[in-house]
Parts: sequence; structure tokens; C-alpha cells
Amino acid sequence: MVIWIILLIMTAAAVMAVLWPLSRHYAVGRQADPDTQFYREQIAEIERDLSRGVLMPSEADAAKAEAGRRLLRATGLQAEEVSAAVGEPALRRRRAASTLALSIIPLLALATYEIYGSPQLLSEPPGARMQPQQAGSSNLLGAVAEIEAHLAKNPQDGRGWEVIAPVYLRMGRIEDAVKAYESAIRYQAPDAVRFANYGEALVLAKDGLISAEAQAAFEQAVKLDPSAAKAQFYLARAAVQDGQTDKAKSILQQLLASSPADAPWTDAVRQELSALGAPQPEAALAGASAQIGPEAIAGMVAGLASRLEAQGGSAEEWTRLMRSYAVLGQRDKAADAAKRARAALAQDAEALKTIDLMAQELKLTDAQP
Amino acid sequence: MLVEAGHFALALALGLSLIQFLVPLWGARANDPVLMAVAPTSALAVFACIVFSFLALTYAYLASDFSVLNVVQNSHSAKPLIYKISGVWGNHEGSMLLWVLILALFGAVVAISRNSIPMRLQANTLAVQAAVTIAFLLFILMTSNPFTRVVPAALEGQDLNPLLQDPGLAIHPPLLYIGYVGFSISFAFACAALIDGRIDAVWARIVRPWTLGAWAFLTLGIAMGSYWAYYELGWGGWWFWDPVENASLMPWLAGTALVHSTVVMEKRDALKVWTILLAILTFSLSLLGTFLVRSGVLTSVHSFAVDPERGTFILGILILFIGGSLALFAWRAPMLKQGGLFAPVSREGALVVNNLFLATACATVFIGTLYPLALEVLTGEKISVGAPFFNFTFLPLIVPLLLLLPLGQTLAWKRGNFLGTAQRLYAVFGLSILATIAMFAVTYDGPMAAPLGIGLGLYLVLGSLNEIVTRAWSKGTPLSVAWRKARGLPRSAWGTAIAHAGVGLTVIGIAATAWGIEAIGSLKVGERLKGGDYEVRLERVVPRVEANYREEAAVLTVFSSGRELGTLETMKRLYVTRGMPTTEAGILTVGLGQVYASIGDAQPDGSIGVRLYHKPLVLLIWIGSLVMAIGGGISLTDRRLRIGAPVPAKTMPPNAVPAE
Repeated sequence: MVIWIILLIMTAAAVMAVLWPLSRHYAVGRQADPDTQFYREQIAEIERDLSRGVLMPSEADAAKAEAGRRLLRATGLQAEEVSAAVGEPALRRRRAASTLALSIIPLLALATYEIYGSPQLLSEPPGARMQPQQAGSSNLLGAVAEIEAHLAKNPQDGRGWEVIAPVYLRMGRIEDAVKAYESAIRYQAPDAVRFANYGEALVLAKDGLISAEAQAAFEQAVKLDPSAAKAQFYLARAAVQDGQTDKAKSILQQLLASSPADAPWTDAVRQELSALGAPQPEAALAGASAQIGPEAIAGMVAGLASRLEAQGGSAEEWTRLMRSYAVLGQRDKAADAAKRARAALAQDAEALKTIDLMAQELKLTDAQP
Repeated sequence: MLVEAGHFALALALGLSLIQFLVPLWGARANDPVLMAVAPTSALAVFACIVFSFLALTYAYLASDFSVLNVVQNSHSAKPLIYKISGVWGNHEGSMLLWVLILALFGAVVAISRNSIPMRLQANTLAVQAAVTIAFLLFILMTSNPFTRVVPAALEGQDLNPLLQDPGLAIHPPLLYIGYVGFSISFAFACAALIDGRIDAVWARIVRPWTLGAWAFLTLGIAMGSYWAYYELGWGGWWFWDPVENASLMPWLAGTALVHSTVVMEKRDALKVWTILLAILTFSLSLLGTFLVRSGVLTSVHSFAVDPERGTFILGILILFIGGSLALFAWRAPMLKQGGLFAPVSREGALVVNNLFLATACATVFIGTLYPLALEVLTGEKISVGAPFFNFTFLPLIVPLLLLLPLGQTLAWKRGNFLGTAQRLYAVFGLSILATIAMFAVTYDGPMAAPLGIGLGLYLVLGSLNEIVTRAWSKGTPLSVAWRKARGLPRSAWGTAIAHAGVGLTVIGIAATAWGIEAIGSLKVGERLKGGDYEVRLERVVPRVEANYREEAAVLTVFSSGRELGTLETMKRLYVTRGMPTTEAGILTVGLGQVYASIGDAQPDGSIGVRLYHKPLVLLIWIGSLVMAIGGGISLTDRRLRIGAPVPAKTMPPNAVPAE
């Protein structure tokens, strides 16, 4: 609102700048004819020069004669210079000019601003959209600058490098992130997570390509900690990149097998596996089965089934149930689960496709619709 | 919010300019002082609006407001303060805003000097000025809007082109633009004179300070740009005959001619039509320069075709104003009252010769710059016209002009005496020839052209000195009297002498580049590279991290014949955000010469490439330009009225001073 008042005041001031001279009364002949005045001054100056001694009398005479000739010519022109500031036509002209100013200035300005400006940004209070983000960003940038200054003084502070590296990644300064991770590794004890992060930054810097350097980093990470999930994941990708799909599958399957069921990366690994077209072992269950007996598994599956039955669930969960039955060898129950899943997720085409895919994968031919 | 208000102010300036164009023009036709009085107030209002707009954009840069596209593209929160400010005009949109700001500034100055300019002339001039303003405001609003917003705001900016992150950028464009745009006032005055159908010595007197001022600033701007290219590009050259440089050289040559022809017009009431034409051509060349630099046509005619919006728009402006003003000229010029005739051997005759040479020189630069473009458009063939072309065409035109310069400067108005003038210059001829011969003797195995050039430069400097001395002193005059007389000389005489001496200094500086020495080597720490009498030793290479760049700085110690002169630092920088490397040359000034070094890439064996130049007297090139501009400035302050008094032949007493 305030802004509109400001714009209004600006417009009013602009219009006033034009209306003000139009409203004034003009003394006719206010300005002496500049031409004749010019030559008169010129002649006066020649006199002054003569008295100062910069000009010889003979020169002064010649110069005066020249100026005099021009003065005569100029006064000849003067006759036509009659000012037209009074009378009815002058009044009409003033009115027309005022109307012109009152219409053109605001209309043109508003129309132009409407087309090229961003008036929608005006109506919002200034803090609504821009400010918090900016405040946030400037805080972040301030913090980054502080850490950078600190690191410039203490470049051996591996901990500092480790803190700033992920920030760089988020800001899109990937090259800097790589350098930061590199320093973090150099100045700190070797650690699987660090190597894996360093490798990941390298991969991002190359737009997803896994360079030999990155692969070395991941291998180093796995050497330090054979269960390093991120490193294994990328090593699998490296294998895919080299065309060794089988190797990739085995790495991923192993990774899935050794991971706890609720590990954050299992989904990503499964996706990767299905992208490779591998049958996915129900890793969590298989892993658990080594420790807990088949009864326990059956109990867990039954629990899942009854929960899905009662509350419904995602396609993901239904396929898990199907796969569990298949793994337990209860193919009829698996086919039944598929049927019920289709019924429960009938509205969701995407989900149905997932179910169908799983059914196909488990060869539940009798469950085909 | 401030940004939007700034944007609105720009739109408001457009509306005001339209009024400033229509009403005064009408008033001048109807001879109505009330309508004509709208011109100054609206010109001041336009100026106020554009200043506000410019400040709003500057604020957006200072506050790193990344909701403004222009700021996102050309700034970075970590950028040093001075480059945040200079970054405002370090890009296309902002520089066009600066262009219009200066245009409005000049309009405002014309508006407040209401008592020295006849009212009709002022009204018509401001109307023409408003027409130019309208065209450029439309250009900014429609194709190069600096106030375009991005929603949501970006987190961080893309930084300013590192080549432009230099104090030179803070100064160079404003100076250059004041020069370019200053000629728009001469142009507007010329058009106003044509519209009114009247032109006389009064007109010349009013226009002269504007032209001189614009010329002085353009001189400074070009010199600054040249020095900036010299130390920033790291090639050691100071002028490349690059189209961008030529774009500023053309208006400078035409403007130099204009400065001289207005003098003739003011003093002798002659050369009127030619002066008007020159005023139109000078500004047309300024517009052409803007077109060449801003449309992207220079990088490639094809890039122009890919994004034709801006280029076509400026081309339209170009055709409208050049075509329009020339049509006006063709229609009105025959109606102007011609001035008196004059003898060929006289100051005014010499100034005509000056104009002929300068106009022809300007035409050669024009051809050399535009021919390759035209050829590429027509046939697709890419040719490059470089130094050889200009050495063969431009120099043969400029050298005779410079040879005639002291003669013309010494000639009297109206009726000159060639032999008498030559006599007054005997000592100058003699000394210059002696100096040239001495130079040949000292540097007998060096380049031939250098001593000749030095001789020419010396001749110009001495000629200017001679002009002052002979006017103030003759045999038998006590020194105190001579001093008093010298001080009593008109400031325009001093300005002329100083500016011409500046030309001489620049010529000496240019000639001395032929003695420059260049050496290239690959150095490890502790190793030395020798170039002529100078030698450098690589002391160390230090990496540094600054807010927005990283650099490797090589520290070199400079020796001359075994004596240590000092150290210099040359850097290879990498600007992080744009990932762009630049070279910072290391320069050690020795007297008027410079030892100049720049580093290249590091070799696998740990050594690094170093280029070493010794450039004797190189500073004179820019000192000379500075002196020229100072001369122009001094002449500008001379508000005396001038009339060309003829000197009666032979009877001139030895201590007389011709009237100025």
C-alpha cells in the first residue's frame, strides 16, 4: 500500500514539473535579445583588451569593425522576434499543453510499468517472500565466509573442511566441495565415511561419471569398513559403468543382505537392483531368517498381511507381502495377496502396474487378471 | 520495493521525455515562451527520475538483492564493495542506464544554464535531447531491462566477469560515456539550429564548451581504456585496432575536427554548414560505437542474428537519428546563411586542412572497422583487418597533419604569412632535427622509425612551447615582463598549446615502443630471465585465497645491469564462481618506462612461463593523453568572447599579441 502512495507522489511531482512553468505569468521580453547582447559584449571586451594592452589599437579597430558588422546583421533579424505569450491563442495552447502533460505522463508511465514491471511484487509486504530467504541465505553465506576465513588461517583443520564440504555441495560449489573433502581426508585419520563422501563429491563433479579417482576412494572406504553402504553402492554403479552388470548385482544384493531392514538406503538399492532387472532377495527377511526361525517369519508375514487387510497399504508393502509368501513357498497365498492388492489399489494405475510387475516376476501366472 | 520504485521512475522518465520533446518544439514554432519554459523543468524532472532509478539499481547491488535478475547475473555477495558499485555499469543493462543517466545529466545542465542560451535554441535543443532520451529509454525498458525480477530470489549471484573486476572499470566507462553522450549535446544544438534555420557565432560560442568538455572526457576515457587493456589483458600491447577501440576512436577523431571547426565558426563566422554536419556525424559515430559494442555484432555477426532483438533496436535508433538528422540537414542547410570567405594561408585555412585530414583519417578507421563486418554479412567470409591496414592508411594521414600542426598553430587569423610563420619556427625545426640525428647516432642499430617519431613528438612539444614564448617574449624584453605577458595570454591559447604538447608527448611515447624488448622464458624459483638491460629473478610462487578468487602470485626481482631495482608481482587468478582465469600483469615503473611481466602456465617440471617486456617511455602515451585533456579543460574555462582580428601585414610590432 505504502508503495502505491510513493508511486502516486512520484507521478504527481513529475506532472507538477510540467504544470508549474505553464502556470506562471511571463513578463514579455524578459530575456534581452541574446544575439545583439553577445556582439555588444564582444565589442566591450575588445575595449577592455585594448586598455589592458593585449591588443594593439590597429587590431582592436579591425576586430571592432568585424563585431560591428555582425551586430548590424543580428539586429536586422531581430524585428521578427515578437513574443507570443499573451492573448487567447496562447491561453488555449497552455490548456492543451497542460492536458497533454496530465494525460501522457501518468498514462504512459503506468502502462509501461504494467507491461515491464513486476507490480505483483509490490502488493506483498516486503518481508513476505523475499526477506526470510534472504536473511537465511545471508546467514548461511556469512557462516561460510567465517569458516573460509578460519580455514585460510588454519588450513590443516580437517574438522573444519569436513564441516564446510557438504555446505559447498548444497551451494553447488562442487569443485570446492571436492577440495574440502580432500583436505578433510588429508588432515584426519582415514575413515570410510570420509572416503565415501569424497568419492561422491568427485562423482557429482563429473556429472555422475565415476572416475578412476572416485573408484579408488570408494575402494579405500570399503577396505576400511567392508559394510560401508555408500561406497558399495557407488562401486556397484562403477561396475555397471564398466559393463559388469552381474558384479553390480552381487554387490547390491550383498549390500541389501547386510543392511538392517530400516536402513535409509534400502529403497535406493532396491531401485537400482530392479533397474538392473535382478530378482531381489527379501534381504531383510533372509538376513533375519538366519537368526530367527521360520515360525517367526511366518508370524511376521501374517502380521503384515493382517495389517494390510485391515488398514490397507502402499503398493510397496503389498509387493513385499507377495514376495514374502513367494519366498516362504506359499504361491497360492502370494497369488491371493496379489488379487487383494489389485482390489485395494484399483484406483491407482501406477500401483497396479507395480503389482503386475511383481506378479510377473514371481511368475504368479494364476494371479494374472 | 525500492527496486520497483526505481523501475517506475524509469517509466515516468519516459512520459516526461515525451512531454519534453513535444511541448517545447511546439512552443518554439509558435514562439510561445510559456511552452518553451516547459523544456528546462521537464529536463530536470527527467534527470531526477533517472538518478532515482540508477540509485535504486545501485542499492540492489549493494544489498545483494538477488531477486533482481541483473544483480544475480553480475554480482556476488562476496564481491568487494567497489566492484559491487562498479558492477552496476559493468554489464549491458546497467551500462545503458548509465548512458541515459549521463544523457539526462547533460540535458539538466543545459536546462539550468538558461541565461546564457537563447530561449528558442534551448527549447529546440532540449526537445532533440528528449527524442534521444526517449529512444534509449524505450530500448532499456523493452530489451535490456535492469529491473527484471526473479521469483523466487536466487540464493547467490553469478559474479561479475573477472576481467571487469578492476578499478579501471570503475572509471573507464563513465569517462567514455560522458564523452560519447556529451557529443549528443553538440548534436542536439546542431539539430536545433537546423530546425530554427539560424546559425551564427553565438551558436558556436554556446556549443564550444560542450564539445570541448565531451572531447576532453572522451580523450580520458580512451586513454584509460587503453591503459586498462595494457595491464589487464597481459599482452603488453596498449592499442590493438580492435573494433571496440575503433568505435571510440572514430567519434574522437570527428570530435577533434569539430572542436577545431567551432573555433573557426566562432571567430570568423565561417564553416557553419560544415560544423553542423560534423556535429551530426560525431554523434552518429558515437551511436554507431554504441551499436557495435552493445549489439554483439562484433563477437560475430551470427550471434547478432541469433538474438536480434537488441541489435535491431539499436540499429533502428541509429537509422532514425542519423537518417533523420541528415535529412534535416539536407533540407535546411542550404537555407543557412553562409559565412565569409577566407584566404587559404591563414589560421582558418590551416584549420580546414586539419579538418580534412581528421575526417579522412576517421573515414579510414570507419572502413577498416566496418568493411570486415559488411563482408561477413554479404559473403560469410571472415577477414580480420588489423594493425597492418591501419599502419598503411592511418599513419600516412596523421603524420603530415602532425607536421603541419605547429605551423597552423602559429599562423595568424584571416591573413597569414607562411614565410613569416616558418621563420618563427626556425628554432623548433632546428632543435627537432638535431634531436632526431642525435637519436640516430645513439641507437644506430635500432629501428629506423623510432628516432623519426621522437623527433616529430619533440617538434610538436617545442612548437607549442615556441607559441607561448614568442607571444610573450622577444629579444630585449625583461623576463618579468615576459612572465606577466605569458600569464596574461588568453586561457584558450594556453589550452591550445598544452593540448598540442600533449599530442607531442603521446607521439614520443608511441615512437619509443619500437625500442621495446620482449623475452619469454620458463623459470624455476631462483632462475633468471634477461631482456635487454633488464633481468628478472623468480623469487617464489605463492598461492593466495581471496573472497572471490584464488591466485598464484609470482614474485620477481628486477635487476638492471646487475643492480636491484625492486620487485614486482604478477598473478594468475581463478575466479571461483565463473571458473574463469585471468592474468594480472606485474609492472615496475622505471622513470617513464616500465618493466612489465606476466606469467603463463606452470610446466610439468615445476617451472613457470614468464613473459618479460621492457617498454621505454611507455607512460608518455597516457601522460600525453592526460595533458591533452587538461589542455581541453583549460581552454574550456576560457569564457572570453572571441573574434578573429586580422593582423596587418608587416606592421605587427614584435611584442604584440594577436587577439583571441
